[in-house]
Amino acid sequence: MYFLLVYMYIKNHVYMFPDLLGCHGKCRRYLFCCFQDRAGQFFSSGHTNNWAVLVCTSRFWFNYRHVANTLSVYRSVKRLGIPDSHIVLMLADDMACNHRNPKPATVFSHKNMELNVYGDDVEVDYRGYEVTVENFLRILTGRLPPSTPRSKRLLSDDRSNILIYLTGHGGNGFLKFQDSEEISNVELADAFEQMWQKRRYNELLFIIDTCQGASMYERFYSPNLMALASSQVGEDSLSHQPDLAIGVHLMDRYTFYLLEFLEDIHPASKTNMNDLFKVCPKSQCVSTPGHRTDLFLRDPGSVLITDFFGSVRKVELTMETINLTDPIDAESGELQKEMHTYADQLPVSEIIHQKPKQKDWHPPDGFILGLWTLILLVFFQTYGVKHLKHIF
Amino acid sequence: MATTEVERRRGQLAALSIAAVVIIVGVPLWWRTTETYRAWLPVSQIKELAKLQLHLSADVEVVFARGTVTPEQQKKVPLTQTQNMEHRVDEDTALSYRYETRYRTATIMEEDALNQPTAAEADLSLHTLSESPSGSLVVYVIPESSSLLPQNVDVYIGQRRTALLRIGSQMRVGKTLEQLLAHMEPRIKQVLHVMSFSHTDITAALSNRVRISPGNKESIADSMRAFKSSPGYEITFSLLNPDPKSHRLHWDIEGAVETYIQPLLTKLSPVANFSIDSQTLYYAMLGVNPRFDSSRSTYTLNADSLAHVINPVEARLGSNAASSNPVLNFLLYIPDAHHSPLYIHDHKKQQVPTNAFHSPRWGGIMIIRQCWVYNVNEFYEVDTVFPVDINIDMAKVMGVFLAQLRLLLGVQSSTPPPGFLVAPCGNAGLADWELDRLMWSRSVENIATATTTITSLAQLLDQIGNIVINDNIAQQVSSAVTSLQLAVSELEAGNLGFALQYSKEAILSSERAFFDPSLLHLLYFPDDQKFAIYIPLFLPMCVPILLSLLKIVSEARQKHREKKPKKD
Repeated sequence: MYFLLVYMYIKNHVYMFPDLLGCHGKCRRYLFCCFQDRAGQFFSSGHTNNWAVLVCTSRFWFNYRHVANTLSVYRSVKRLGIPDSHIVLMLADDMACNHRNPKPATVFSHKNMELNVYGDDVEVDYRGYEVTVENFLRILTGRLPPSTPRSKRLLSDDRSNILIYLTGHGGNGFLKFQDSEEISNVELADAFEQMWQKRRYNELLFIIDTCQGASMYERFYSPNLMALASSQVGEDSLSHQPDLAIGVHLMDRYTFYLLEFLEDIHPASKTNMNDLFKVCPKSQCVSTPGHRTDLFLRDPGSVLITDFFGSVRKVELTMETINLTDPIDAESGELQKEMHTYADQLPVSEIIHQKPKQKDWHPPDGFILGLWTLILLVFFQTYGVKHLKHIF
Repeated sequence: MATTEVERRRGQLAALSIAAVVIIVGVPLWWRTTETYRAWLPVSQIKELAKLQLHLSADVEVVFARGTVTPEQQKKVPLTQTQNMEHRVDEDTALSYRYETRYRTATIMEEDALNQPTAAEADLSLHTLSESPSGSLVVYVIPESSSLLPQNVDVYIGQRRTALLRIGSQMRVGKTLEQLLAHMEPRIKQVLHVMSFSHTDITAALSNRVRISPGNKESIADSMRAFKSSPGYEITFSLLNPDPKSHRLHWDIEGAVETYIQPLLTKLSPVANFSIDSQTLYYAMLGVNPRFDSSRSTYTLNADSLAHVINPVEARLGSNAASSNPVLNFLLYIPDAHHSPLYIHDHKKQQVPTNAFHSPRWGGIMIIRQCWVYNVNEFYEVDTVFPVDINIDMAKVMGVFLAQLRLLLGVQSSTPPPGFLVAPCGNAGLADWELDRLMWSRSVENIATATTTITSLAQLLDQIGNIVINDNIAQQVSSAVTSLQLAVSELEAGNLGFALQYSKEAILSSERAFFDPSLLHLLYFPDDQKFAIYIPLFLPMCVPILLSLLKIVSEARQKHREKKPKKD
């Protein structure tokens, strides 16, 4: 199966293999003798910005742990430097203000209520019923309606490293969204391929914490993807610890140990992906975490954790300046005296005097038809079928 | 007896007619109502575009001034030569470059212009004589004796589209024109490499289409630094004041933008639209602690710590929610009273003269230098009344920002070959030939991106049979294909302005078609699910029809068998 995938991949994408590994060794030497004005990390990875898409696909109070999982990863990613404008957070967000929450406006991730991951500055981009398979695929492929604001879009380019984290209830080949629909691994793989066709990512790290999570990355075929899952096909991902005061399980095991691992990472650390693969062995997790790196071009040992979880900018010192000699016009000073007016945000007069929109006519739906059928049946039952000819 | 016969016949007729209605009316109706609407796409033209053949041509005019050619050589001039170079980038992409070189002698007015005291003035007066169209070049060959260029400089590249080339005198006497041209050729090739399109630039512009192994490290950094081609950009200037209690800042941003930045953006208007805004942020810290350098009694920021400056600030910058254009941020930081003055040191512990740094595809940050600030003579004496009024010298600040803006937009300023002198780019911030180079690479990049988009969209729609293709998508695709064909032909003809315009239209149409919200494929039906849906609907209906048809056939066969022995 893997052989087939690899063979097909090579057949289709044979021209796409750059010689990155070849230049990596030479880069450092060249750096210090010729380009002292360029910062050292410039050539180790090909990305200039980082994005994160964090999705919690469950709702309802008993799925508290999925929301806590996603919020913990959100906090780590923010702490390591990715700003809110580059994070797309999708949560059902019905935990913090749930009637059953004994401590409202909080979501805890450690028992005895040690760490409140909800905090003051959570920016949820898609909440409640907006977390659907359609919206998730629209974010990934970029096919959003033009009225979507910037904070709800994934505006990545060909030099973006994207982290995608999914958690919830899943099965062999699918992931359940909000208890009403599901996304299959084929759809996910096709979405990533469309992202690759439009060069919407440089490298992508896919982490999934659900039951049978490894089935979700089986069908990937686009280059530069690395995937981690909390359990193999046929295994269940288990939850970590219940809290007796809140009454539900607070976190899943894999994400709990992932978080412990991430707490030791700071923006300048040099830990690499091989350490991430060792997170949560079978003794702690009960399920067997899996990973997939065959589609990834770089060696995982050379990929830093902060390449995906943090946002370390590359900087160059500016060496040139342009000599500008024109003086600023004195006339422009008069512009400042002009009073600034506030533009009307809403055309209020139009809205008040709007006529109601004509609704399209729809044929009567099943309920009305059933009701009339029942009435007719009762009528003919009582009065006999011979009256039928008077009707028709 | 007869009635049962009639009844049976009626039954057979009923079964046959029901079967006929089902097959003739029902099946086509079901097929038509369940097929997805797919408007026609020009698939054959798209397949043609998948194999991209780009021809780039430039017009070069070489003008010989008096004293550079002997009278025998002069007889053979005017002369036209054409040079073609083919490159095959990969199996689907091929490039060919054509240089049409015209040689002629200078006119009297040009000779007068070349007699100016300095090269810059000569350049200016040559420009007033004639304006070269976009994409073309003029090289003036001046004799050894000319005093326009300093001693060690052979080539001067002006602000417009002209270059001055000085040839050595030993090649002049007793040689034919061909030998003279052959001697000049390497120099002219170098001039073309600097001022017109070069193979490295064009192949870098094709990076969306072709994954090329990066050549040298400078090209990797260059390709990562500049923004990708986009129809619009947003530029934001932010003034960061971490200490409003001590400093009251005044910056004339409107005037500065109008005077210094707007000319560049107006010149770049064929390439993209720009929108500018500015803001002041109070209590915005840098996020890294500067160290005190006692030898110079200044505070310093090390080059290694600069990478951690951007993230804490970025959260507060904000952006225009209405557009999805890439944003360029330019930040000016005034250090607070306790950490003043603040300088950036590079890896060799030397002060950086501009005191600024930039991040690829993001923007630039500059820390104000003390000498660029008015009204602060002796800083922070004991009896200074806080807050101190500070007026910022916008010319110096905008000089640095303009340099960063040029780098981020992709105006390459690689080091020219030895013996070259490049004129400073003037108040517009951009020389004409730099604009031409940008337009060449942008056109090629747009064409490459648009062809990839269109071909992958066609492939996607072909693969997934149940995506609805609306009329507006088909129209966008057709207009993208038309624009692409026009852009490629205009590039071949050498009309750079039109080629860029058509390539921009092609990009807009293809992106609009590819990212149309209606193209979402949520209809993944495995075959067993399709059977599970149709069988409960059709099986109960088809089974009685089939059985009755079978009964009719078996009865007819039986009757036929009965008739046969009777015939005998």
